[in-house]
Amino acid sequence: MSSEPSPQSPWQAATIARIEKRTPRVTSFWFKPSRPFTHLAGQHVDIRLTAPDGYQARRSYSIASAPQAGAAVELAIERLDDGEVSPFFHDVAAVGDEIELRGPLGGHFIWEDSDGGPILLVGGGSGVVPLMAMVRHRTQRNAAVPVALVFSARVWDEVIFRDELIGLDDRRDGFDLVLTLTREPARRPADYSRRVDAHMMAQAIERLPKAPRLAYVCGSNAFVSAAAQALIDADVPAGIIRTERYGV
Amino acid sequence: MVTRGFFSGRRPPSDTDARIPPGQYLEQGFPVLSAGPTPRVRTEDWSFTLKQGPKPLKKWNWAEFNALPQSKMTRDIHCVTAWTKFNTPWQGVMIDDILADAGIEPPTAYTLALSFDGYSTNVPTKDLVTGKAMVALLYEGKPITADHGGPARLLVPHLYFWKSAKWVNGLQFTERDEPGFWELRGYHMYGDPWREQRYSSDP
Repeated sequence: MSSEPSPQSPWQAATIARIEKRTPRVTSFWFKPSRPFTHLAGQHVDIRLTAPDGYQARRSYSIASAPQAGAAVELAIERLDDGEVSPFFHDVAAVGDEIELRGPLGGHFIWEDSDGGPILLVGGGSGVVPLMAMVRHRTQRNAAVPVALVFSARVWDEVIFRDELIGLDDRRDGFDLVLTLTREPARRPADYSRRVDAHMMAQAIERLPKAPRLAYVCGSNAFVSAAAQALIDADVPAGIIRTERYGV
Repeated sequence: MVTRGFFSGRRPPSDTDARIPPGQYLEQGFPVLSAGPTPRVRTEDWSFTLKQGPKPLKKWNWAEFNALPQSKMTRDIHCVTAWTKFNTPWQGVMIDDILADAGIEPPTAYTLALSFDGYSTNVPTKDLVTGKAMVALLYEGKPITADHGGPARLLVPHLYFWKSAKWVNGLQFTERDEPGFWELRGYHMYGDPWREQRYSSDP
């Protein structure tokens, strides 16, 4: 168990290059893979931690950064108090540590600018992470694809990537940010202060020049179930909705 | 590669260790995963069809299917996202009994399980017969909820759980091993948790 991965192993060592706290419960870690790869927006990696006695814990984390050859990949990891892997990252991991990583993985919850749009993104909490990769991919490619992101967070200070998202929204270049806070009043004029519902989805769709070609929903199971149903109730065809559910 | 500073106490007790495949952890809850929205399939609209290629062999409606002999299976299940859940109790119709009611022997070595939402997944036919798999109708003695694949889901507990297709509405026998939904998207053609066959690049 202590040997290095063989050249054939899908696992590779990645070095933590940077750590940045995003919100009170979410911290971003940038991993520099020893064998660089280019991922697709929406893909994830698997992370594997190994204890001295050989015990291993593995988890999947979505990539937040835009696809870029040779770049470190950003994972935004939410601290789960009863977790096994996320407390390790929040309490122990430091810049320079080597972590085993496998990927990129996943071939369904992905978007490339060549897939076109408009696209509607709906994220709850840390479910915004793979959607952020899509938003950043669009920006990086100067894509004209219209995108609306409905992002539900409990409170203003838990809006992950908040400054960056508001900065992109302010460009008025076809990216629209819709924030909804479930435990605080809205801070911006067109934002909401309630859980996602069909009316909110219908209004988000109105911000797009025409009906979405694809919709991506990511978050907890309860959030994804509610948001997907809200989309269907807002007349979005079930066949264009892709979902990714985190945890229980 | 030992991870600096990782000393988890989350090891499973030694008496259960042998039941947890490599890379898995024990989960008490029952997480939900799916590629799209949860379809709401009414039992009056439900049907189950056995097909060989495009040709239907036999079709049952909900009442007819529920009248088939029912069996119970309590098994450990293993999701590719790394959770394992012990002793999940199911009741339904064994694939053997479905074939018997249709009066056929399996015509080909490969099968695609088909679902109401367009999902499909491939399973070798031999992994569905001789008491290995069922179309489950009850979980913990109650109708399977929609988010867990109800009214009926495939149960192939010895393979990673994406092979246990939710909202199943048929089995299609195929001449070749044809990849299903996730298998076309990077997941393994067979999916044995004890050999960690998660992704297509795994041996």
